[in-house]
Amino acid sequence: MNNPFGALTGEERAIFTLRSLYARYGYQPYRMSKFEEYDLYVRNKDFLVSDSVITFNDTSGRLMALKPDVTLSIIKNTKDGDGTLSKLYYDENVYRVSKNSGSFRELRQVGLECVGDTGMQEVGESLWLAASSLSALGGDFVLDVFHLGLTEAALSLFPEEARPAALNCFFEKNAHELAALSADCGLSDENAEALRSLVSLSGPVKDVMPELDEIALRLGAGDSAKELAGVLTVFEGSELGERVHIDASVLGNMKYYNGVVFKGFLRGIPASVLSGGQYDRLMTRMRRTSRAVGFAVYLDELEGLTGERSPYDADVLLLCPPSAKPALVRAAEEKLIGEGYSVFAAKKPDPDLRARRVADLSESGEVIFRG
Amino acid sequence: MAELLNIALPKGRLGEKVYGIFEEAGFPCPSIRENSRKLIFENEEAGVRYFWVKPSDVAIYVERGAADVGVAGKDILLEYRPELYELCDLGIGKCRMAVAAPKGFRDDPMKTLRVATKFSRIAREFYASKGRDVELIHLNGSIEIAPILGLSDVIVDIVETGTTLKENNLEVIETVLPISARLIANRSSFKFKGAAIDRIVRAIDGGAK
Repeated sequence: MNNPFGALTGEERAIFTLRSLYARYGYQPYRMSKFEEYDLYVRNKDFLVSDSVITFNDTSGRLMALKPDVTLSIIKNTKDGDGTLSKLYYDENVYRVSKNSGSFRELRQVGLECVGDTGMQEVGESLWLAASSLSALGGDFVLDVFHLGLTEAALSLFPEEARPAALNCFFEKNAHELAALSADCGLSDENAEALRSLVSLSGPVKDVMPELDEIALRLGAGDSAKELAGVLTVFEGSELGERVHIDASVLGNMKYYNGVVFKGFLRGIPASVLSGGQYDRLMTRMRRTSRAVGFAVYLDELEGLTGERSPYDADVLLLCPPSAKPALVRAAEEKLIGEGYSVFAAKKPDPDLRARRVADLSESGEVIFRG
Repeated sequence: MAELLNIALPKGRLGEKVYGIFEEAGFPCPSIRENSRKLIFENEEAGVRYFWVKPSDVAIYVERGAADVGVAGKDILLEYRPELYELCDLGIGKCRMAVAAPKGFRDDPMKTLRVATKFSRIAREFYASKGRDVELIHLNGSIEIAPILGLSDVIVDIVETGTTLKENNLEVIETVLPISARLIANRSSFKFKGAAIDRIVRAIDGGAK
């Protein structure tokens, strides 16, 4: 049978799947122009995945940018401080330097943002939709979650100048260098041990939460652990929850992010395919009183999941006599398509074309398969 | 069939030592010890696939997921900053990154210091932290001859025994950082093959103690 979705590329299928998922939860599509004033990005450069932006002067002389990000534009264009919620999803091309190639690329990104009076329920919903997105993309997934309140409590044990190195240890799960840094900075054995445990912490919520609670109490960040546990109750009674892990290596730029942050991984893809969290601090920097949470799915990373290309260009190469009338050719094509084949009609074989079978169209309109 | 754990080993003596550690951790692959020109070795029973790669390429294989884990020098990790997990210091392959200069060299702070190195990022950050104005000259090998031929004032390079420096009339004037081999893991593989990776980490930590 013909399956119209069979013609979709992996990326198109992913977009279709995610858009319909977000729409089911009441998120509205958000469209934006390809261009935005450069000023918006330059003021929040650290928030961008890559700080290189393609710029140009428009006809009125304004410096414009090909958008490297969608979130900033959404914040700019949503209403602020009236106690309501804006739930938006987007499917946009962004233009940024690809880490892999080191050059500018047009990348497709799907994501959602919930802006307004957000609290535990909205953060929980965002986590739920992040896990659902990964599940819908197929295969085995892990959603790593953490609370930046715990990271900040850990960093506060170090003097200011040692914090970037300590933060890097968290990012790399580098327990041995964190231990050395703790010793250099004169941390107590108990605090150093708590940090060593925290940096290595990784696993399903139910296995890891008791240890996290203990560490959080030691660091004076019990509220953050409690908040994280509260948000994670969104997965109660769901199989999705088994794929949600607590992991202290999930970070976000703390000038912008706060509270719960998360990253999603799919088996077979070497880098995270989803990234998000609460970004109330970005809202404050943009002089907004609302709070916000959201995430993005990086579709360029999903290329690794796309199945192998079919070895054939068409199921049937239909060779038609040059004298055959167009209507005769069309009728033969429709007959074959109706039988579930894809057809490439031509007057003579093309050595570069790979067809599963070859058929001849007779003068009388009959399709005769060879071999 | 269970999924194999892909391990990138650095070619050479260090890699052979590292294989011994993995073997002890319960990931043997006897065929790797056979004298052959093969680069990939599998032991399905132990659930492991090893491959030999150029030491400076191990981190790339791991970051991009062709290998789940690997062993790379801290110099490579600091120079290229791949996004991966650094799980253990194996305590082998120990050496140091150092600044070396012709014997009797005196730095003139009034002049820009010319620094020849393979490790541009490490050298740049080292001198930036000291506020020293430098001109970096990126070379791909035979760094030691740069000051002899007047190409640079000093070099920043890896020093093991110091013999090569001595033979070229150079001496270490400053240590930049100590180097050793590190166990690294792909961030995504860690999520899905965590149990096997954890076994290696525990074996190494146990051995270290």
